[in-house]
Amino acid sequence: MAFYVVQFLTGLASAASLFLVASGLSIIFGVTRIVNFAHGAFYMLGAYVAFTLTERFSSAFGFWGGIVVAALAVAAIGVLVEMVLLRRIYHSPELFQLLATFGLTLMVEDLVVLIWGPDDLVGRRAPGFKGAIDFFGQNIPSYDLFLIVLGPVVLGVLWLLFQRTRWGVLVRAATQDRDMVAALGVNQKWLFTSVFALGVFLAALGGALQIPRDAVNHAMDLRVIVEVFVVVVIGGLGSIIGAFVAAVLVSELNAFGILIFPKISIILVFLVMAVVLIVRPWGLFGKPEAPARRTPGLTVNPWRPLTTNERLAAIAVLVVAAALPFVAGNYLLTVGSEIAIFVIFAVSLHFLMSVGGLASFGHAAYFGLGAYGVALLAKMAGLPMIACLLLGPLLGLLGAAVFGFFAVQLSGVYFAMLTLAFAQIVWSIAFQWVSVTGGDNGILGVWPSSWAASPSHFYWLSLGIAALAVVILRIIVFSPFGFALRATRDSPLRSEAVGINGKRIQWTAFVIAGTVAGLAGALFAYLKGSVFPDNMGISLSVDALVMVLLGGVETVSGAVVGAIVYKALNIWLVSQTDLSKLVLGGFVVLIVVAFPKGIVGTLEAFMHRRRKSSSSASSPLLTSRIESAE
Amino acid sequence: MRGYFVGAGLAIAVAAMTTGAMTTQAMAQSEIKIGEINSYSLLPAFTEPYRKGWQLAVEEINAAGGISGKKLVVISKDDGGKPADAQTAANELVSSENVAMLTGTFLSNIGLAVSDFANQKKVFFLAAEPLTDAITWSKGNRYTFRLRPSNYMQAAMLVEEAAKLPAKRWATIAPNYEYGQSAVAVFKKLMSEKRPDIQWVDEQWPPQGKIDAGPVVQATAAANPEAILNVTFGADLVKLVREGNTRGLFKGRTVVSFLTGEPEYLDPLKDETPEGWIVTGYPWYSIKTPEHDAFLKAYQAKYNDYPRLGSIVGYQTIKAAAAILAKAGSSDPEKLIAAAEGISMPSPFGEITFRKIDHQSTLGAFTGKTALKDGKGIMVDTAYRKGSDYLPGDAEIEKLRPKD
Repeated sequence: MAFYVVQFLTGLASAASLFLVASGLSIIFGVTRIVNFAHGAFYMLGAYVAFTLTERFSSAFGFWGGIVVAALAVAAIGVLVEMVLLRRIYHSPELFQLLATFGLTLMVEDLVVLIWGPDDLVGRRAPGFKGAIDFFGQNIPSYDLFLIVLGPVVLGVLWLLFQRTRWGVLVRAATQDRDMVAALGVNQKWLFTSVFALGVFLAALGGALQIPRDAVNHAMDLRVIVEVFVVVVIGGLGSIIGAFVAAVLVSELNAFGILIFPKISIILVFLVMAVVLIVRPWGLFGKPEAPARRTPGLTVNPWRPLTTNERLAAIAVLVVAAALPFVAGNYLLTVGSEIAIFVIFAVSLHFLMSVGGLASFGHAAYFGLGAYGVALLAKMAGLPMIACLLLGPLLGLLGAAVFGFFAVQLSGVYFAMLTLAFAQIVWSIAFQWVSVTGGDNGILGVWPSSWAASPSHFYWLSLGIAALAVVILRIIVFSPFGFALRATRDSPLRSEAVGINGKRIQWTAFVIAGTVAGLAGALFAYLKGSVFPDNMGISLSVDALVMVLLGGVETVSGAVVGAIVYKALNIWLVSQTDLSKLVLGGFVVLIVVAFPKGIVGTLEAFMHRRRKSSSSASSPLLTSRIESAE
Repeated sequence: MRGYFVGAGLAIAVAAMTTGAMTTQAMAQSEIKIGEINSYSLLPAFTEPYRKGWQLAVEEINAAGGISGKKLVVISKDDGGKPADAQTAANELVSSENVAMLTGTFLSNIGLAVSDFANQKKVFFLAAEPLTDAITWSKGNRYTFRLRPSNYMQAAMLVEEAAKLPAKRWATIAPNYEYGQSAVAVFKKLMSEKRPDIQWVDEQWPPQGKIDAGPVVQATAAANPEAILNVTFGADLVKLVREGNTRGLFKGRTVVSFLTGEPEYLDPLKDETPEGWIVTGYPWYSIKTPEHDAFLKAYQAKYNDYPRLGSIVGYQTIKAAAAILAKAGSSDPEKLIAAAEGISMPSPFGEITFRKIDHQSTLGAFTGKTALKDGKGIMVDTAYRKGSDYLPGDAEIEKLRPKD
C-alpha cells in the first residue's frame, strides 16, 4: 500500500514540473493566440542560466536566488523577443508566429552548445532538499515534496492574479475576445508583452527547478515542448486549472501505467490526448471557440487560375528544371529528386491548410505511411516498383480516411493537436512493432528498379509526379469541390446554409491530402532505399508546416516555392556547417520579418501594388485587406 | 601545415622514383579523400571528442608521409541525427567529392542506413560507433566493416562478471529503442545460459531521452530485485542515478551497466557517481601500455584535454581507414574489401584485427567497477577484454549473416 502512495506522490512531483511549463504556454496561447514553439527553448535557457548562477553562488541563498534570477533574466529575453520580433507579425496569417518561434528554437539549440559547451551539465542539489523522507519503508525525495507543494502554490498565485487584479481581468477578457478588449481601449501591446513575459518566466522557472533532478543539455527543449503542448490541449487552451488537472492526469497515468505496460511512456500522452479530444473536443476545461468574426488573415483578392502567360511561364520553368540532368552531376540530381518529393509533400499539406483551412501538425504520418506501404509491399510481397508506387500511397489514404474522420470534427488548434496525436500513435506503432517494421532500425534495401535507378531517371520521375501533383491539386482548387471546400473554410455557417456538407467536404480534402503525402513518402522510400520511423516523426511534420508558411499560406501554390527554398537551404547548410540550425533559424526569423505573408504571398502583394499603380482603374475595394482589429 | 608539406614532399619524392606515366598520375591525385559522417549537431557531447580524435589521426598520418605518399584528407559531414540526411551526405561524399570510402556514424539506425547505401552503391564503409549487432550480422553486407565492440561483445564481457554474482532476482532498465532492446535481449540470453537459476523480475523501458526517473526507480524497487541491469546513458542516466541515489534503489543491490564507465557518461555524474557498479568503459587514467601512453601524450599535447572514448573511436577509425587504404594501394572498393578482411593493425588498446568472417574488428573494451575519487567518478579494478574473446563461434555467425 505504501508503495502505491509513494508512486502517486512521485507522479504528483512530475506533474508539478510539467504544470509550471504548461501553465506559461497556456497563458500565452490564451491571450495572444501564438503557438509558442519557443516555449521549450525558454525552459532550456532557464535551466542553463540557473546552472551558471547556482554554480557561481554556492550558498543556499545563492541557489534559490539563482533560480529566481535565472527565470527573471530569461523572462527579460522573452520580453525582448516579443517586442522585437513577435509584435511585427501579430497581423500575419494565423500560425505564422509559429514559424518565427520555430526559427528561434533552432537558433537557441545551437547557441547553448556554443555558450555552455557540448557536455551534459549536472547542477547542485537544492540546499535543504537533498535527502529523502522515509514513508513506511519507501523513500520519497524531499525535493519531490517541495515540488508537490509548489505546483498548487503556483496555481493559487496565478488564480489570484487572474481573478483579483485588474491586469488579470484584462487578460481573461482578452482570452475570451481580443477584439472587444481592443475596442474598449485597452493597450494591447503591453498586455501582450506582459502576458508573454509571465509565460516565459514560468517556463524558465520550470527549467531552472529541474537542475537538482536533471542533466542540463541542449536537447531539453524538444523533450518538453511537445509534451507540454499536449498537456495544455488536454486541459483546454487558456485554462490554467485545466493545465494542472491534465498534468496530474498524464503524470499519474504514466506512473501507474509503467507498472503494467513498461513501454507505455513513449505514447501515453498522445493516447490520452486523442481520447480526450474525441470525447471532449475542447479539452477537459476548455470552452468552445466562438465562431470567427472575420476570416483570419485572408485578403479579399479572390484566387484565380493562372493566366495564359503565367501558364507558359510555369511550363518554361518546368522545362528548365527537366533539363537539369544535362548539366548537373549525380549528387545535384539526387538533391533535386529530394526537393521534388518535398514539393509534393508540401503542396499536399498546403492544400489542406490554405484551401481547407485545416492546419495539420501531423501530416508526416501519411508521408510515412506511404513510405512504409512501399517498403512492406516491396520487401514482404516482393512487388515491382510500379505496383508499389501505385499501391503504397493507399496506406496513406487509408490512414487519412480513418484519422481524418475524427480530426475534421474539430477545428483550429484542436484539429492540429489531434492530427499530431494520430501521427505520434502511427509513429509509435512503426517504432514498437519491431517484427514487422524493424523498429527504429527501419526497413532497408528498398531500392528502385533498374529503369528508375539512375539519378537522372529518378529525378525525371520525381519531377514529373511533382508537376502532376501540383497541377491536379490546382485543378481541384478551382473545381466545384474546391469552391465548396473554400466556402466551408471561410464561413462554416453560411456554407452549411447553402447546403454544403462541410464535414464530408473536409474529410474528402483530408483524404486527398493524405494520399498525395503518401505518394511523396512512397517516392522518398525509393530515393533513400530505406524507411525509418523518422519518416513520420514530429520534425518532418514541422518541416512541412514551415515550408507551407514560408511559401505563403494565403497563396494557391506558395508551398512549391517554400519547399524548394527550405529544403535546398537545409541540405546545403547541413552539408556546409555544423551550426546549420543556427543559420537556418536565423534565416527563418529574417524571412518572417521581411516577408510577413510568406515569400510568394509577399511577392504577389508586391506585383499587385505595381499593377494597381500602373492602372488606376482597378477598384480600391477589391484590393483592400480586411484589417484585423488589433 | 607542416604535415601538408611533408606529405606533399614525400608524394613528389615517391612520384619521381616511379615511371613517367605514373608520375603524372601521382601528381594529379596527390590526395586521398575519406568521407566521414556523424551526428555532430545532435550529439556534440560524443562527437566533439570524436572529431578531435580523428583530426589527431589525420595529422599523424600526414606527418608520417600520408598514405603511400598521398596526403590524407577527411571530408566531414553532419547528419543531424537523421538516417535520411546521412544518406544525402553519403551521396554527396561519393558522387561529388569522390571519396575513396565512407566512415563514421554513431546511431545504429544511421549506421544501418549508410551501410545499406554502401551496399547499393558499392562503396566501402567503415562504421565507427554504431553498436547494433545487425550491422555485421543479420543485416551485414560485404561493403561494411565496423570498429567498435558490438552490443553482443559488450554484453558478453559484462555477463562474465555478472554471472559470478550471487544475485538471482534481476531487473532491467533500458531505453526503449533498438539499442536498449537488443542489449537487454543479448544480456538476458547469455546470462540465462550461464545461470539457469536466475529470474527476471521486472523490466522498465523509458523512452530514450525522456525518462521520468522517479516512477521508473520506484517501479523497479517495488519488484525487489537483487541486481539491476542498466542500459540508459547520457541525460537519462544522470536522472536515473540521482533518483536512485535519493530513493535508495542501489543500496544493497549490484548494478551492471553498459557504457557507464566511458568518460562521456561517467564524468557528468561527478560526486553522485554510484560506487561498485560493474561497467564497460574507458579508464584513460589507469591504462599503462606504451601504445596508449603515446596516444594520450599526443592527444593531451594537441588539445590540452583528456580523451573520451569518442576520441579513441575517432582516432582509430581514421587510423584503420588509412591502414586499409595503404594495404589496398588503390581506392577500388573490391581491393579495399580484400585488404580490410583480416587486416591487423596497432591501436591505443593494442593490436586489433578486422575479421574476415563478419567484418567486425576485435577492438575490445575495459570492464571495471565504478568508484568515487576526489568527488569524481572513476573506474577501478579495470581489465581490458579483447574483442576476439567475446564473439560467438564461426558456425553461429555463418547462420546469422546473410550470404553475399
